[in-house]
Amino acid sequence: MRRCSTLIEAENVYFIYPNGVEALKGVSLRINDGEFVAIMGQNGAGKTTLVKHFVGLLKPTKGRVLVDGVDTRTVSVAQLARKVGFVFQNPDHQLFSETVEDEIAFALRNFGFDEKTVRERVDWALNLLDLTQYRKTSPFMLSGGERKRVALASVLAWDPKILILDEPTIGQDAYQKERLRHFIIQMNQQGKTVIIVTHDIEFVAECEPRVILMVNGRIIADGDAREVLTDTVAIKEASLVLPEITQVFMGLNDLGFSWKVLGVYEAKCLILERLRGVRI
Amino acid sequence: MAVIEARNLTYSYPFADKPAIEDINLAIERGEFVLLTGPSGCGKTTLCRCFNGLIPHFYGGKLEGEVWVAGLKTDEHPIHELAKHVGLVFQNPENQLFALTVEKDVAFGLENLGLPRDEIRRRVDWALKVTGIYDLKDRAPFELSGGQQQRVAIASILAMQPEIMVLDEPTSFLDPLSARSILETIYQLNRELGITIILIEHRLDLAARYADRIIVMDRGHIILDGEPRKIFLDDRIKLVGVGLPKVVRLYLALRDDNVNLKRVPLSPEEASRLIAEVLNSDRS
Repeated sequence: MRRCSTLIEAENVYFIYPNGVEALKGVSLRINDGEFVAIMGQNGAGKTTLVKHFVGLLKPTKGRVLVDGVDTRTVSVAQLARKVGFVFQNPDHQLFSETVEDEIAFALRNFGFDEKTVRERVDWALNLLDLTQYRKTSPFMLSGGERKRVALASVLAWDPKILILDEPTIGQDAYQKERLRHFIIQMNQQGKTVIIVTHDIEFVAECEPRVILMVNGRIIADGDAREVLTDTVAIKEASLVLPEITQVFMGLNDLGFSWKVLGVYEAKCLILERLRGVRI
Repeated sequence: MAVIEARNLTYSYPFADKPAIEDINLAIERGEFVLLTGPSGCGKTTLCRCFNGLIPHFYGGKLEGEVWVAGLKTDEHPIHELAKHVGLVFQNPENQLFALTVEKDVAFGLENLGLPRDEIRRRVDWALKVTGIYDLKDRAPFELSGGQQQRVAIASILAMQPEIMVLDEPTSFLDPLSARSILETIYQLNRELGITIILIEHRLDLAARYADRIIVMDRGHIILDGEPRKIFLDDRIKLVGVGLPKVVRLYLALRDDNVNLKRVPLSPEEASRLIAEVLNSDRS
């Protein structure tokens, strides 16, 4: 039996920004070691505010957050960062070095790795994200999609246990999204806990992680992608749109199909079964 | 004559070792809704910068060939003159908004044109109403949601009454519902006001249904140009980083198993109808 230890725990977390906006209103959740979780909701639902608590960038106004058993209020962001890698939505909030290589090396040097390890890890991360050709280039000369990959590489280089990606698919084309999906699944299979914040419902439908829906600073649904993404009431409440294929099957409900369908292949099989009267 | 025309257009940014776009020949007719897509770095944003004169006037570099917009050859007319004909909406509305109220933001461009006060008032009210944000006119743009901000950005361009609007991934920062309603608004501007639309967009699943025509670029060249259903059936689209909508992929997957829907669906509703037709005809 696989051991499921809790890695992140939020207990009744409230957060009020200095301007008085109450962004989290009593959020409780547990994320286990090795899980892959998508946190979804409309702009302003509190998704980014919540995950910023997981790396200690924000501390609860009320309630508490434990990361690997440690209360985030008792440790610095720098200490937490060793365990939790956070990749911002806008890479420009994160990048500042003169070359891509220096950017990736920066945090490694800060964490006190020796030069040999720094070089090895930089090479490894450049290669992993297909950035080797840009090692001497300024991050600011790159396209938005490439800058996002640099930001991701610089976080992965120090091998954090938990990887948090805020809106990783924005500005990425279909090919890059497909690569990102493989990459995330690979990281997750290697044992990393991966948390993505997104409203890209098609991307989530392809990854099928655990899905948490947020509305107005609260969690309104939490479960398997298939259950949550096809929950018409919750999706509507979260101001999201049902996955494309789910919508197709909603329209076939009269013919006795269930609409809890996410994938193209699955959809094809259901239609062929019906046509040929056999299970495929 | 076409409202936008490019003839043998090749352009290189300053200090670049190769052209960003090469040998582009293109004619866009008045009132068309054109979806321009292709992988990151394919040159679609560069091409659009040629349409409003930012290239070559602002970016410099080397432009060969000709670009004509609303009858004006772009290298012979300054940006502010071209801006009366072509409005540009950016990906991130924050980059475009700056005034203290929505109304002032929308009025800004018109004040710069030196229009009379009454005319400015009339056009601002109209643009705010068309984009559905009249009730927000006294609010500060930076307090609004991303979707509302994008509406303000569109309204401020619309107020200039351009014949052509170029929108560079206007929905990518928005959640799906806001994205859908922005695209509906753009479609309305096209159908009801006859504004020529050039929409750069990766999300074909949301946008294809509105387009008369899709242009696919790859590595600085136009590789496909035509009616959406025809483009989706062209095998070359799979070779570049363009994501086919899932309903199109379902159409193709069924076709592989000899189940032929009557046409390529562009929306889930259309897909449901076409699939139901096949299932029902099979039964009878």
